[in-house]
Amino acid sequence: MRFVYVTLKYLAVCLWSVFVIAPFLWALSTSFKDFNSVTGGATYIPWLQFEPSLEGWRVLLRSPAQGGVNIVEPYFNSIFVTCSASLISIALGTLAAYALSRFTFKAGFIKNSDITFFFISQRIMPPIVLSIPFFIMLGKLGLLDSLFGLILVYIVLLMPIAVWIMVDFFNKVPKEIDETALIDGCNPYQAFYKVVLPNSIPGLIVAGLFCMIFGWTDFFFAFILTFTEVQLLPVAIVALNSSITPWWSLSAAALVCVAPLIVVAFIVERYLSKGNLSGALK
Amino acid sequence: MSLKVSNLSMKFKDEFHLNDVSFEMSKGKIYTIIGRTLSGKTTLLKTIAGLTNPDSGEMSLDGVDFGAVPVWKRQVAMVYQQFINYPHLSVFENVAFPLKQRKMPRPEIDTRVRQALEQVGLQGFETRKIQALSGGQQQRVALARSLVKEANILLLDEPLVNLDYKLREQLREEFKNIFSAKASENAILIYSTTDPVEAMQLGGEIIVMDEGRILQQASAQEIYENPKTTKVAQITNDPAMNLFEGEVVDSTLVLTSSIHLDLPPHLAALTCGKYTFGIRASGITLDSDGFEFQIELAEISGSETFLHLQHAQMHVVGLLDSVQNFDIGQTVTAGIDSKSLYAFDKSENLVASPYGGTK
Repeated sequence: MRFVYVTLKYLAVCLWSVFVIAPFLWALSTSFKDFNSVTGGATYIPWLQFEPSLEGWRVLLRSPAQGGVNIVEPYFNSIFVTCSASLISIALGTLAAYALSRFTFKAGFIKNSDITFFFISQRIMPPIVLSIPFFIMLGKLGLLDSLFGLILVYIVLLMPIAVWIMVDFFNKVPKEIDETALIDGCNPYQAFYKVVLPNSIPGLIVAGLFCMIFGWTDFFFAFILTFTEVQLLPVAIVALNSSITPWWSLSAAALVCVAPLIVVAFIVERYLSKGNLSGALK
Repeated sequence: MSLKVSNLSMKFKDEFHLNDVSFEMSKGKIYTIIGRTLSGKTTLLKTIAGLTNPDSGEMSLDGVDFGAVPVWKRQVAMVYQQFINYPHLSVFENVAFPLKQRKMPRPEIDTRVRQALEQVGLQGFETRKIQALSGGQQQRVALARSLVKEANILLLDEPLVNLDYKLREQLREEFKNIFSAKASENAILIYSTTDPVEAMQLGGEIIVMDEGRILQQASAQEIYENPKTTKVAQITNDPAMNLFEGEVVDSTLVLTSSIHLDLPPHLAALTCGKYTFGIRASGITLDSDGFEFQIELAEISGSETFLHLQHAQMHVVGLLDSVQNFDIGQTVTAGIDSKSLYAFDKSENLVASPYGGTK
């Protein structure tokens, strides 16, 4: 019975792995094909089934004048916008979440839970509802088609995620830890950054990861709020499409796009599993 | 040095957490606050620490208004019941934390931390992570951190309550010595507990609290011998003191229609009438010359057996100095030691005690 259970468990893991890894392998294989290899039927193994070509990767580095789509600049734009917006969102969101977790706010019928919901409601709203106000506001501020404008918009979009995750995390950190820090001579700010924050690293990582994923993969606002001066990676990838879908360069671009997230996920995974709060309150 | 608290009150949703609390504590002494859960012990300790603000009342330390001093500037230390430490720091760093906050020179921190760890029996654990320690060890770290500060006031909020029985017994003994040493350094030690045995063992002065109010403040011996009210008698005894109605008729004590006792000398001064009588479990024990009781429950505790007995409307707990099994509903004969009876008036105030104290 146990053998059957273990076998089924491993079978399920294998199937899931195939489900997750197959698209990557498909994209990797396709990125080394050319027009003929892509249209010549289903092939997967280079050298055996098709002759590998670097054309798909070269297109990404060529300028538009040379028939390519230079994604280097959009790539760094995306990194800059995502990292800046995520860092600022985490910094502001963490402070807001700490306040919501530790202090009681009451204004009429509005309480802490209502304020937290207000933050989350920013994410519940369909993006199209926000797009026109954002467009008008950035236009009035002269920030349309600029990196700074995009960072501002992403802060609005990412901060609710940070607040939502961190409120929940801070609620799990015993309040007595803050109190002990105060008794041990910390003022409230020192108690926050010397004691509460170091014990909230797993929460910060999770919030940071979510912010980066949402920021990095956003196409909608990057498309609506930029024109010619600034371009982010998702928009640049879509721009690759023409009358003939270049699957080889699209696959290469998709891999390049997803690579940073995988690297970040691998780096932070070990910190996440450490979860060092267990000794706070036994 | 003395801590003076006057008329502290704190209300939350129509419920008093502190109700007109006043006392004076002086240096070099251990004070034990005993009360049931939600009696206001933790609120009082947190108020002294500065973690909660009372609605009204004043606190002063050596005549200086203490209430206006922010928590981080008060010379207090506190140990919680939940083994609160800093999980991201090692044992050494945990204990050194308050000293680093004071920007003390490194060599002095080293010396003092090692001394404190030695005091609580954790030498050799300096580099360990908090998560790697047992509950008892974690509480020792918390205690070392509170000792190393050399605070004027050390607050201990039921520090042993979350430990298993054996460890609690062991630490209680160890901590008592540490507390005595600490108190001798001219500090004020305030220890809160729900456990009467713990309160009596620590000695010092006992403050009995209930519903945010101080019911009695006296030495452990005085509280034991002369509990001011029935509530104090119940809170400070484990099991709670048996209380039952009775009547003094001439020189006889009538407890039920069939339990009549000769009035013992210490109750002789009572005028005829109804009273509430109290007796500890140790005052009721199996005796072939006693009265018939039915066993409601027999609890074996270590080498003793607590017998929950019933006779007519009278429900009491008796003590047996041995381990015996009884069937529920079984009839036994038990004697009531009238020399151990306390008498309380209609207002539940003590009027006669076996130790001679009366109101």
